[in-house]
Amino acid sequence: MNSTISINNLSKSYGDVSALKEINLNIESGELFGLIGPDGAGKTTLFRLLATLLLPDSGSAALCGFEMVKEYKHIRNILGYMPGKFSLYQDLTVLENLNFFATVFNTRIEDNMDMIRDIWVQIEPFKNRPAGKLSGGMKQKLALCCALIHQPKILLLDEPTTGVDAVSRSEFWQMLKGLKTKGITIVVATPYMDEANLCERVALMQSGEILSLDSPSGIIANFEKDLYSFEAKDTYQLLLDLRAYPFVNSVFLFGQSVHYTDVRDVVVLSDLKDYLKSKGQDHVEIKQIAAGIEDCFMALSQQNTVQE
Amino acid sequence: MNSDNKVISVRNLTKKFGSFTANDDLSFDVYKGEIFGFLGANGAGKTTAMKILCGLSYPTSGEIMVAGLDVYKQREELKRNIGYMSQKFSLYEDLTVFENIRFYAGIYGMSSKDIKSKSDDLLKKLDLVHARNKRIGELPLGWKQKLAFSVAIFHNPEIVFLDEPTGGVDPVTRRQFWDLIYEASRNGITVFVTTHYMDEAEYCNRVSIMVDGRIEALDTPEGLKNKFEAKDMDEVFLRLARKSNYKE
Repeated sequence: MNSTISINNLSKSYGDVSALKEINLNIESGELFGLIGPDGAGKTTLFRLLATLLLPDSGSAALCGFEMVKEYKHIRNILGYMPGKFSLYQDLTVLENLNFFATVFNTRIEDNMDMIRDIWVQIEPFKNRPAGKLSGGMKQKLALCCALIHQPKILLLDEPTTGVDAVSRSEFWQMLKGLKTKGITIVVATPYMDEANLCERVALMQSGEILSLDSPSGIIANFEKDLYSFEAKDTYQLLLDLRAYPFVNSVFLFGQSVHYTDVRDVVVLSDLKDYLKSKGQDHVEIKQIAAGIEDCFMALSQQNTVQE
Repeated sequence: MNSDNKVISVRNLTKKFGSFTANDDLSFDVYKGEIFGFLGANGAGKTTAMKILCGLSYPTSGEIMVAGLDVYKQREELKRNIGYMSQKFSLYEDLTVFENIRFYAGIYGMSSKDIKSKSDDLLKKLDLVHARNKRIGELPLGWKQKLAFSVAIFHNPEIVFLDEPTGGVDPVTRRQFWDLIYEASRNGITVFVTTHYMDEAEYCNRVSIMVDGRIEALDTPEGLKNKFEAKDMDEVFLRLARKSNYKE
């Protein structure tokens, strides 16, 4: 198998906290891969290990065939890494930052313009502005240019869309699609569950473990329970009433509806309706629905907690 | 939600920084016990407006009453009647759970006796009794957020302002946080919240969306979705925010 990134039993602890627990993962060449999970899932630790900035406690990984620990110098040449915290020089201008990163990698901006042109044209009007004075969306574009200036084969993006508004988020994913056509392997970490659908495959992560690894549609297909959506005028009261129902398995708010699964294999909706009526819920709309990634994540994370 | 009972009343609020108009003639009301979502892209003017409503910054012009108090003349009294929490600034990491509660409650003038009895109740409710003397820095992010919210409403304010309160936590914990918000709203506390999570916008009773310093839309989530023929709030938001003329 020609995987660009192959990770075997990789573990890393900080004191008593085990941040990554025997992770196994293969990412194919040219893939757009998502690491989806909340803070503390181990996404950043995994990136720092792959970027050869941290040493693992055990396990190994190879990037484009280079061994992560022994051949770290080779890896640094083929890897672009955009950390979660804005890590450019705030008092250098946009252009100076880009020049600096090009020089560090022993190359020139002109030689790599093809790679970054689509993104660069958006920030070029501000090329003489200090990086610290850019808006959030512009900083992100500059950081992406700096990570790409040496034409890496693999790009690691640590939460590029966190704290960014919905418009900039959607633009950022458009840029990633553009980069994918250039053949770069892209690994994106994100806490936004809805962004999973924009990746070819994803690993859902929590507390240093991979809960599930598949295409978004594959993860959804593995959702075991029948899922129902309930709507009523007072959503909060509906939530409380469903939570108190004897056969409840899970009940979660989703926008203005409540998503419900039952412990029984066959859900007796008439019984459930009678129960809600007895609680004074007269106008409840019930639909069976397909699960989304967030439903899957919550179901998997609860199974995982129970097993522990 | 009682629509006769205005807790925030904003008329023609304008705020300028030099030649830049951050808030352009905003008018809206928020009612007692309401969960009011205050949305907008980065740079749309949300933080500026929120600072004015919290009595931290003067408007350039407009009539603004918060909890029945004037934002020009009654700022200190106003601050005592509101709570505030943000992701960026909330609890002191190197103080313990109880020290944080005591510190904030003390600032709002609660007596030691009240602080003690009320904090015991709170810790029981949040299932944090065992963590009473732990430093905040040792707690998981989800616990911190729940505690920070509870501390922000500990003095039973009329309104609590939440500035992007829930970043970074897992979806289950995020929903537990919203349980606390619903509960506060039931107890009559008005909740004024900004968020980048569009599904959270749907948890609000009403939502306003700011574009370039103006309120472009204000309605229930259902009303907004119907008006813009959108399947969810994400789509509503993208349609409105893309109209922005905001330039660097």
